[in-house]
Amino acid sequence: MKRNSGAGIWIGFAAILVWCLLPVVWILSLSFKPVAETSAGSPQFLPETWTIQNYKDILADGDFTRALLNSFGISLIATLLSVIFATLAAYAIARLDFKGKRLVLSIALAIAMFPVVALVGPLFDLWRTVHLFNTWPGLIIPYMSFTLPLAIWTLSAFFREIPWELEQAAQVDGASPWQAFRKVIVPLAAPGVFTAAILTFFFAWNEFVLAISLTSTTASRTVPAQLSYFVGPDPFNPPFSLLATASVVVTIPVIIIVLLFQRKIVAGLTSGAVKG
Amino acid sequence: MTTVVATPETKAGKAPKAQASDRAVGENRLGLKLVAPAVVLMLIVTAYPMLQALYLSLFRYRLTTADEREFIGLGNYITALSDSLFWQDLLNTLIIMVVTVAVELVIGFAFAMVMHRIIFARGIMRTSILIPYGIITVVSAFAWQFAFSLDNGFVNGWLPFVADDFNWFGGHWSAMFAIMASEIWKTTPFMSLLLLAGLSQVSEDMLEAAKVDGATWWQRLWKVILPNMRAAIMVAVLFRALDAFRIFDNIFVMTKGAEGTESSSFLTYRQVIEQFQLGMGSALSVLLFLMVLILAFGIVKLFKVDLAQARGEG
Repeated sequence: MKRNSGAGIWIGFAAILVWCLLPVVWILSLSFKPVAETSAGSPQFLPETWTIQNYKDILADGDFTRALLNSFGISLIATLLSVIFATLAAYAIARLDFKGKRLVLSIALAIAMFPVVALVGPLFDLWRTVHLFNTWPGLIIPYMSFTLPLAIWTLSAFFREIPWELEQAAQVDGASPWQAFRKVIVPLAAPGVFTAAILTFFFAWNEFVLAISLTSTTASRTVPAQLSYFVGPDPFNPPFSLLATASVVVTIPVIIIVLLFQRKIVAGLTSGAVKG
Repeated sequence: MTTVVATPETKAGKAPKAQASDRAVGENRLGLKLVAPAVVLMLIVTAYPMLQALYLSLFRYRLTTADEREFIGLGNYITALSDSLFWQDLLNTLIIMVVTVAVELVIGFAFAMVMHRIIFARGIMRTSILIPYGIITVVSAFAWQFAFSLDNGFVNGWLPFVADDFNWFGGHWSAMFAIMASEIWKTTPFMSLLLLAGLSQVSEDMLEAAKVDGATWWQRLWKVILPNMRAAIMVAVLFRALDAFRIFDNIFVMTKGAEGTESSSFLTYRQVIEQFQLGMGSALSVLLFLMVLILAFGIVKLFKVDLAQARGEG
């Protein structure tokens, strides 16, 4: 297949850009429409009058900023813990010979395919009994469980690429397996760990089913759940442009991460797929 | 945590054979110690609640009237399976799964071809492709709901064959179309990245040879490119199909199940969270779990057949 930049490629390039960015531009445009304009109905793509009032309003909305805080806190803690445990497990899977390796990978695969909604009932019941309902740990624990498979896969794929010899050399020089892990492998594995962390963070930031089922107030409700409950003062006339503004605000962290780390994210997403 | 680590340790002590060196024993022990926390965490939130659901599904149990909990055996399952709503929702879920995965496969492959052959602006392309992937599904659902909305959407104005006052969320098929549009928009990039990884493994020499032998573009696509990236296609289909089968967020935001657009996941959620029917909800959870299991098994089975065929051809 020859690489070229003929007309077909240009059309394809334009098509991809339009596909990926049109809905984003649309929601951005909506966020600059005054609430009055969307309440009256404004089917045109761009605002008739531009305003930044929505941004002022949404950032002054205590429930929304609280949800942002919850989202950041819960996602970051879940990411940190999940990546730590996944790193340990992936190191063992990629480097050590032990019984039950296949079983661990099968469990990870099964959990990646698990229908989260099926857990809503029993977890709802269990969390109320142990007082985890509507708390940060109540979401952090299941988020860790559901991001571990992805993190373990990505990391074991990365770890397999790290040269064995260095670790053995360290062990020959008298390092214990644990020292070889900490002093030799960790620095080499850091980029992979970072990639796994980004993917884990995206999952936790996006998660919705558990977020609406296991929370009841803004004490722990995350952004996706808060957005879905956001109706504004008049329930029959939802403030489209305010919702769009909130959507833009929560998309900004995603766009920043994508801009900074696009290469790493693509590598992480496809690492397991080709060899797997 | 100490008990968690201790359990595999005692097992590890017994497991190795007499000849096993100290080193092998140590490695085995370290391996189990390292995976134990992750395994425990994965099971604590899935295996235990699933067993709990299996138990609760045998009761008539409503949270608001918890005292009247009563053992009814398979009653909940019989009620669910004989209710037409259960089958309607399952049908919706399967339609969404088949249509979205098929469309995403075609568009995703086209995108992957462009990304594979393009020589300029690869960074811009990668960044744009990752935005739908990273965006929150709820936000995607809002964007498309607004785009299709009667008073504030641009879709009716832009599409020449649609009346300006057409209400997309007023009918079953048009609402399903809007839901699928949001789903397809968000997940096609993921599909295209997986396919791109497969595409880059197709040997250029083989394509060149096929070209020299006079194969047309279409023949090269079907006889060389696609068979050689079968593994990548299968991984993409497996993951996306199971993901699409669990569709929930888009439906929750866009229609809340109105116009018969409810999915199996949504039905389960509604029983538990909105109606507090823990018994019935648990039965539906078990059924959903079984369906995912059957689906995964079916796709894996299909894969094996295909893989065997691929080997036979090569």
